[in-house]
Amino acid sequence: MAASFDSDKAAALHRHLHSHLPPEPALRVKALESLLVERGLVSTQTLDSWVEAYTEEIGPKRGAQVVARSWLDQDFRARLLENATEAIKEFGFEGNATGNLKAVENTDTTHNLVVCTLCSCYPFSLLGMSPAWYKAGAYRARAVREPRKVLKEFGVELSEDVAVRVWDSTAELRYLIVPQRPAGTEGWSEVQLAEIVTRNAMIGTDRDLKTGAA
Amino acid sequence: MNKTCQFGPEDGLAPNAPKFAEAWHAQVLAIADTMITNGRVSANLWAETLGAELRKGEAEGAPDTETSYYEAALRALEHVLASGALVSTNDLTQRRNDWETAYLETRHGQPVILK
Repeated sequence: MAASFDSDKAAALHRHLHSHLPPEPALRVKALESLLVERGLVSTQTLDSWVEAYTEEIGPKRGAQVVARSWLDQDFRARLLENATEAIKEFGFEGNATGNLKAVENTDTTHNLVVCTLCSCYPFSLLGMSPAWYKAGAYRARAVREPRKVLKEFGVELSEDVAVRVWDSTAELRYLIVPQRPAGTEGWSEVQLAEIVTRNAMIGTDRDLKTGAA
Repeated sequence: MNKTCQFGPEDGLAPNAPKFAEAWHAQVLAIADTMITNGRVSANLWAETLGAELRKGEAEGAPDTETSYYEAALRALEHVLASGALVSTNDLTQRRNDWETAYLETRHGQPVILK
């Protein structure tokens, strides 16, 4: 009957207009979260706090503070290079992603670059969320195969006498690159120095830090 | 012959924002990291499963984008939770459908509640 057809159609249209159905992946995440919460495996508060922390608070400024201190305090630098996992506890920056952290220093003759060829392992309690390119297949494959070329694309031109070491992160061992302190920063405070340390320098896709911004 | 550059120099001091393009991206990582912290999922299993899903996506021609990454992360999360007998595929499908129904039956602006 035409009347019932119209009412069905109207009802469907009504549902469509008033629905705000999330996209498919969001719906699946919502399903997972509600089941895990119901089963006592996670709490909504924990998840909300995590998202808030990684959206608002935890970022590369943490790593920059660590690097800045390593430039000013030789004892701290020695502790950092010896055992970075312990050294970052002096700042309270430890987290499960940095349970085994290794710090490696750039020198005049060595440049270090970090990648995770398997997935996207990253010391995120120290550097925050990884950039999109770090998670990209192109970076994960090419950083090992042709690191100098990748570095050049990032704007890092290395002379032939600078060796490149590529560190492949794993779930069990992650890395922090300690860039070189630029000339012209003598007498700067730890806070001033931290302001010039870039996220990419701590991953290795940046090398010569600029002093103009501080 | 020059290949097109994949990467480019960045403003090294620009704020690292936005951190997450979509709310569900953050939620996937929040759940995964919390399950690792709680000891319900091992960090190694998570990395291996995520790596396998990334490779699978690449093999199937998924574009090399952040969206593809998070879709792989979601599939990896579903797998580790199913393999650890924490959330079965059937339970997940049922609950997903329940949420869909709840959304469709809720007027916009009203809180969406499971019945």
